[in-house]
Amino acid sequence: MAKRTIERLQEVVIKFAGDSGDGMQLTGGQFTNTAALVGNDLGTFPDFPAEIRAPQGTLAGVSGFQINFGSKEIFTPGDQCDVLVAMNAAALKVNLNTLRKGGTIIVNTSGFDAKNLKLAGYASNPLDDGSLEGYNLIRIDITKLTREATADITDLGLKEKDRCKNMFVLGFLFWMFDRPMDYTLQALQNKFAKNPSVLEANVRALKAGYNYGDTTETFTTRYRVEKAPMAPGEYRNIMGNQALALGLVAAAQKSGLKLFLGSYPITPASDILHELARYKNFGVITFQAEDEIAGICSAIGAAFGGNIGVTTTSGPGMALKTEAIGLAVMLELPLVICNIQRGGPSTGLPTKTEQADLLQALYGRNGECPLPVLAACSPADCFDTVYEAVRIALNHMTPVIFLSDGYLANGSEPWRFPTADQLPEIKVVFAEPRTNGTPFLPYQRDERLVRPWARPGTKGLEHRIGGLEKEDITGNISYEPENHEHMVKVREAKVERIADFIPLQTTEGPEQGEALIVGWGGTYGAIKAAVQDLNEQGYRIAQTHLRYLKPFPKNLGEILHRYPKVIVPEINNGQLIKVLRDKYLVPAVGINKIQGIPFTKAELVQRIKELVN
Amino acid sequence: MEEVLKEQTVKLTPKDFQTDQDVRWCPGCGDYSILKQVHTILPQLGIPREQIVFVSGIGCSSRFPYYTETYGLHGIHGRATAIAAGLKATRPDLSVWVVTGDGDALSIGGNHLIHLLRRNFDINVLMFNNEIYGLTKGQYSPTSPEGMVAKSTPYGSIDHPFNPIALALGADATFVARSMDRDPAHLQQMLLRCYHHRGTAFLEILQNCNIYNDGAFELFTEKATKKEHTVFLEHGKPLVFGEQQDKGIRLDGFTPRVVSLKEFSKEDLMIHDETDINKAMILSRLYEMNDGEHVYPKPFGVFYMRQRPTYEDALQQQIEQVIAKLGPPDLNKLLRGRETWVVE
Ligand code: SF4
Repeated sequence: MAKRTIERLQEVVIKFAGDSGDGMQLTGGQFTNTAALVGNDLGTFPDFPAEIRAPQGTLAGVSGFQINFGSKEIFTPGDQCDVLVAMNAAALKVNLNTLRKGGTIIVNTSGFDAKNLKLAGYASNPLDDGSLEGYNLIRIDITKLTREATADITDLGLKEKDRCKNMFVLGFLFWMFDRPMDYTLQALQNKFAKNPSVLEANVRALKAGYNYGDTTETFTTRYRVEKAPMAPGEYRNIMGNQALALGLVAAAQKSGLKLFLGSYPITPASDILHELARYKNFGVITFQAEDEIAGICSAIGAAFGGNIGVTTTSGPGMALKTEAIGLAVMLELPLVICNIQRGGPSTGLPTKTEQADLLQALYGRNGECPLPVLAACSPADCFDTVYEAVRIALNHMTPVIFLSDGYLANGSEPWRFPTADQLPEIKVVFAEPRTNGTPFLPYQRDERLVRPWARPGTKGLEHRIGGLEKEDITGNISYEPENHEHMVKVREAKVERIADFIPLQTTEGPEQGEALIVGWGGTYGAIKAAVQDLNEQGYRIAQTHLRYLKPFPKNLGEILHRYPKVIVPEINNGQLIKVLRDKYLVPAVGINKIQGIPFTKAELVQRIKELVN
Repeated sequence: MEEVLKEQTVKLTPKDFQTDQDVRWCPGCGDYSILKQVHTILPQLGIPREQIVFVSGIGCSSRFPYYTETYGLHGIHGRATAIAAGLKATRPDLSVWVVTGDGDALSIGGNHLIHLLRRNFDINVLMFNNEIYGLTKGQYSPTSPEGMVAKSTPYGSIDHPFNPIALALGADATFVARSMDRDPAHLQQMLLRCYHHRGTAFLEILQNCNIYNDGAFELFTEKATKKEHTVFLEHGKPLVFGEQQDKGIRLDGFTPRVVSLKEFSKEDLMIHDETDINKAMILSRLYEMNDGEHVYPKPFGVFYMRQRPTYEDALQQQIEQVIAKLGPPDLNKLLRGRETWVVE
């Protein structure tokens, strides 16, 4: 046996890349589950090709999955990779720039034949022409070895055997990072229970990959990433859209109401529809509507009927729902509108992330049309934030916009999930039946300016509401000048008053310092990692991250004015910054990136330094 | 439930369905008659007011909910059908009615209408067809005839109109009927049939807009011409019409012909069969056969009716099946998911 050393690492970033048919998402998912189960903290992000079935071997067909796992707290899927798995030439070409200098490349040499090189646009083979000097290149003929490992499974064709290549890679990485194979073996067992030959082939490929590392003498170093110091409790791994779906179901269960989702398929929001469609036993009704407008209108109908109405979409769909959102504001019915933002405008970048719909959420409707806007800051936070969005909608009789984005939707992280009784109560009060003949006044407000919710079927509460301007208290149609102004102000005041019912804004980092970084949405992890890094370098930088974008927490102004410099990083051309300047007159400066990809920690560190120095 | 049953024994009258709001339609508008007939039949349904919801879009007809003492939602243009779908999916216990117009239902809301029909929610759709945009003051609509001179088409419309009955049949509606504002007895009868049909009932109501399209349906509504130009469909009965009830529709293969009862007996005529989609299709196009030479009447009544599971029933059934398979909801189990780990 060759002498083997084990090196301990605090944090490792691996990118699995291959053709869309190579099963890289599955491989990444399995590696992630194992990392989670052995106790690492982690963050992941998949990188799908925009085309569903791009031609094999082409740059457009490359599918990737990045995982950052560590023995310390992890905030993002990682800036640069330490290890790049490239199943073919195209995967190498697309992803080499994400690999750090000196990083490890694991290639499937069979994916670098003349045809693959040509499709990837390589004039010469990068494995041989010296262009990968400075990297630790591990060449394995994965295709050949997988075929050998599965040679005596006679009832499978080559094509089926080749599909197990990803398991070989996974096995090799399990060996390299000293991880158990048990979880994946169990997962394969579950997945292919009905197909013993396919199961056998996958298991053999996985073990062959592991043994290949173990017995091949050239590999002398293995790495170990210990458990991360995480808060005690029970965890699971969760993706943003999944967390959002669970948050909605939980809110419905806790409020005792029926959940109705009216939605039209759109990337990257469709997974919420898929997820919720599975929960029929929770009484969840998912309605795949004929279009985006019917998605929200059916949800409004459900809300009028006394249910939790929800619609989910992305930017272009939001544009289509605009008029109906205005109706919901006029009707003052509870409704949750989830926008999983993607690159825009128009069709834009469907599979890429962006935060450019904030101004649309705040202002993008005809007339004065205020409503609460909340944004989640991490995959798991989608659960808490959407739960809060439902609570606000129900308690304050208003539509609420919930913002997530493609990065959060498809990203995953460990989640210390709550139990049902740990969740805050959501109390719903419907107007009581009347038999004394006094007329029901649908727009009579309580001290929070909230109108009653009268469920059809309740005796004596027959009433009519609509999108026309209405007289306060009675709800009768009114075109009176003073009444209109009054109603516009009341609707605004009602939303602003919600600030009395949400937590005060908190900051992380020094109470006083050189600068405050203000973020919202999916940038939380990158900002947090950057701020931590800067403070370790001796800077004094604080961070505050906004969940509530309308109304703002009451103490936000005071926080902003406490720091000499306010910096607002956003994945857009500067939207939150406009609102902050407008409302608080702070000379904030922006850090903006509009490339369809998240901030890296490194670039934030550098930009913040430039602004502070 | 007990409450509901008790209420049923309290007899409601049409007056109980009037609201305190002034009706704001133009004097003489056909909408008044439709409102009256609806108020007349509602007490006959035997359900309390709070079980009824009227949903509308935008247009003259869509003011309807404000004038009816039930629950009501005045929505946005073209979307009443979509709003009603969400309401009915979650509240199958309610009697849901959509009031819409030719512009609202067939132009801006055309998409939602056809999808509502194919899904077959138990909703009654009353489409007031006046072949004009009234509320926006007189533009041609998707049912206006070619050549119509209106504000937006001073040289005559070049748009080919929809045939609402054929459209509804094409969308697989399970109940398709036509009536008119000027025939109260027939309209009441059709409204009741809509209510009693389990599934989406589509009722086209020809409605006179005396301001922008006065007399559009004169031929069918005026005493002098009505009998010659209309044929009233009754299940199992031959298609007879004419001033003297002396004409009929006879099928020549798939082609309907107007024949004289002096030459043919009633047994030779097309017998109306509401359950026959092919006959319904033929009848939906009958009036279009007028070519100047042959005079074909416009059919009124139920063109087609069949039973098909409603969306909300299928939904309920699926929920029950899933509960039977997966068991009742367990939020803790859901939140835990499949794989978890414990950090000490
Ligand atoms: S414009 Fe025509 S349809 Fe509208 S209320 Fe007046 S008469 Fe009736």
